[in-house]
Amino acid sequence: RGRVRSIRFDFDTTGFTIVDYRDVPAVNAADLIEKDQPFLVEQEVRHMAEPIVLLAHEDREKILAANVVIEYDEEEPLFDPEKADTVFKEIDILKGDVAAGLAGADIIVEGTYRTGHQEHVYIEPNAVIAVPEGDGGVAIYGSVQCPFYVIKALRCLLGSAHPNVRVIQTETGGGFGGKEEYPSMIAGHAVLLTLKSGRPVKLIYDRVEDMIATTKRHPSIVRHRTGVMRDGRIVAMDIDVLMDGGAYVTLSPVVLSRGCIHAAGPYRCDNVRIFGRTVLTNTPPNGAFRGFGAPQTEFAVEVHMERIAEALGMGPVELRRKNALQPGDTTATGQTMREDCSALMVLDEAVERTDFTRKREEFRGTNRAIGLSLFYHGAGFTGSGELHLKSRARLDVTRTGVRIAVGSTEIGQGTRTMHAQIVSDALGVPYELVEVMQPDTSLVADSGPTVASRTCMVVGKILEECALEMKEKLAGTTPAEYYAHYGEMSVERMYTPPDWIKWDDSSYRGDAYATYGWGCDVVELELDRDTYEARPVKLTAVQEFGRPIHPALARGQIEGGTAQGLGYALLERVVMRGGAMANAQLTNYTIATTLDMPELDVVMMENPYPGGPFGAKGLGELPMDGPAPAVVNALRHLGLDVREIPATPELISACVTAA
Amino acid sequence: MKFVLNGAPTEVAVHPAARLIDVLREDLGLTGTKEGCGEGECGACTVLVDGEPVCSCIIPVAQVAGTEVTTIEGLGGDHPLQHHFMNEVGAQCGICTPGMIMAALSLGPAPTLDEVKIALAGNLCRCTGYSAIYRAIMKWKGMPEVVA
Repeated sequence: RGRVRSIRFDFDTTGFTIVDYRDVPAVNAADLIEKDQPFLVEQEVRHMAEPIVLLAHEDREKILAANVVIEYDEEEPLFDPEKADTVFKEIDILKGDVAAGLAGADIIVEGTYRTGHQEHVYIEPNAVIAVPEGDGGVAIYGSVQCPFYVIKALRCLLGSAHPNVRVIQTETGGGFGGKEEYPSMIAGHAVLLTLKSGRPVKLIYDRVEDMIATTKRHPSIVRHRTGVMRDGRIVAMDIDVLMDGGAYVTLSPVVLSRGCIHAAGPYRCDNVRIFGRTVLTNTPPNGAFRGFGAPQTEFAVEVHMERIAEALGMGPVELRRKNALQPGDTTATGQTMREDCSALMVLDEAVERTDFTRKREEFRGTNRAIGLSLFYHGAGFTGSGELHLKSRARLDVTRTGVRIAVGSTEIGQGTRTMHAQIVSDALGVPYELVEVMQPDTSLVADSGPTVASRTCMVVGKILEECALEMKEKLAGTTPAEYYAHYGEMSVERMYTPPDWIKWDDSSYRGDAYATYGWGCDVVELELDRDTYEARPVKLTAVQEFGRPIHPALARGQIEGGTAQGLGYALLERVVMRGGAMANAQLTNYTIATTLDMPELDVVMMENPYPGGPFGAKGLGELPMDGPAPAVVNALRHLGLDVREIPATPELISACVTAA
Repeated sequence: MKFVLNGAPTEVAVHPAARLIDVLREDLGLTGTKEGCGEGECGACTVLVDGEPVCSCIIPVAQVAGTEVTTIEGLGGDHPLQHHFMNEVGAQCGICTPGMIMAALSLGPAPTLDEVKIALAGNLCRCTGYSAIYRAIMKWKGMPEVVA
């Protein structure tokens, strides 16, 4: 943290293109929720990975050898979110009377739960290529999740002098939220270098740079104070959520929002307060990561539920069954659950399928343990988000069939296949006749960002409606016949959220999400008493998400999300030293390999959501919420008081000593 | 520098210390081999050198002089294992897939699940949780479906 005092180039700058903040044509800020993060530092430096000067050269070796000396006036950095004084966003959710609820409770259970950073580790790092086009235009080809986020940021950066900018998403080697906001930054950098040099610029982060500079999952500290009756009924929940936002706002307010809304878990309670804050610290900004705040707060509430069960001397299943949301119950925001609420269904299926209760007894006193988690995940943007977003989708008749034109990106989750299936079925044309355009912001409709488990449920729904409207217009002819007779025809429609959704942004009351997916994970693990390594042996994931559009792709979402969740639980520890990731390598930031993964048993249950295409809900993020609390609850079954992830051998060793 | 690349004798004039992956991608235009970490940890850049899977990001091209190098392009695009990867959705984003497939080629005729896991232990996938990859390989080998 500090201010730039001087910049010196200790190399022969011949042949280099050098860009700093003075080369910004319009506004030096990555336009997202706030315009606080500069593309290039002017004076103030808030974290260790801030971009200050850009160098381009046609010879990579020359760039690697170039030495730029930057002197700073240093200030004391702040790394502890509990000591932070700049609050990016505060959220207060109130339901009933928490003080009265606590006063009337038989017992009160309190606890603090912590989660660390998590790095996305998409196997392809962040990368863009900028290519100059005519009229001062630039085309950006990139590994991105949200091309329209990038174009918005570039328009702010470049202003009216460069109207002809477009963003084309290329095949993207994984995203998981990690290519949601950061690509805007490097696209800006590549464009500035292209405008100055007049030449194409390729900007690819190597793994170390990517891990040090790009966003991570927000670390969290969540405090629970819960009033419970002897029979297990929860009567009051007082929850405090703190998320470390890092040095700039990025998406922290909405991550906090989703985290807070999910913080009371899938349980009914008449008296709830959820107070959340996300604050500024001097690390690279944290941002979107699959689950978007919910894995943190659902970890806390699910481990806390286990501790409540322990305090009552009650089984973990019985406590959850007593309190699980059912149709007609209301959530913390006052949302009434509809028939598509499946908490009990997934819980019962998982308990029966895994023989949970018998194993719980059988494993007692051994090094083997079993634990579960019950969780839910709201699909689509929060509250009025989808209404404000006004997403659009377009369907074109072509010479051979139809073409989908949306900005939603294929990043491995199956967007193209699943959208084409929906159109094929709704329109009644063979799947092979449906083509999907490569997202190019100058050609496709802005269907909103590829985030928030919304690509199937929301964008798929608009495409279904486009297909139904097109079917009427085709009036019995095939698309090819129509094209031959009448030429081009397109149908473009905007998303309309269900009319019953009521949401108040100021009070945080109402229908937070149109629907929720539901899950219950059961983990069996073994603890090595010599190394304190916890080794998951089997994980059963029972998940309900409406209806799978493509069962093999859906199963892949659950298996892959579960693997990320297991890494989050046990392996993935970001070591921050001096405000930068110290283990920014795959050598010592470890994700699950084939040898770390347990046997996975995936069960997909159905409970259709009437507002989704063919009954589908969102699925992408749901599987991320369950594994970490299930693992820690299994460790608790061993008698270890674990309340933090990742539960590395070092942490488990400390818990064994404490026990 | 002379070696046999995907069955064809090949000669390139490059620095002997150049990384094999850069020579393949930039000098020979074979971009099917992917770089994920640049330090031999993720396996995305796996190619076969004389039939053995190696990380092309950590070997200098001089080391492959006189050998036979096979990249994903060498499979011709219609290899049965590629089809099984598609059918079982063993590839989600696809960036690890070329390396996974090259690593799997070193497996014997009737592998156990443990043998498959060990063969792929140096190849990271962040999308699939690996299960669909096992399903693809077991089908390719004609082995009964395994629970994994």
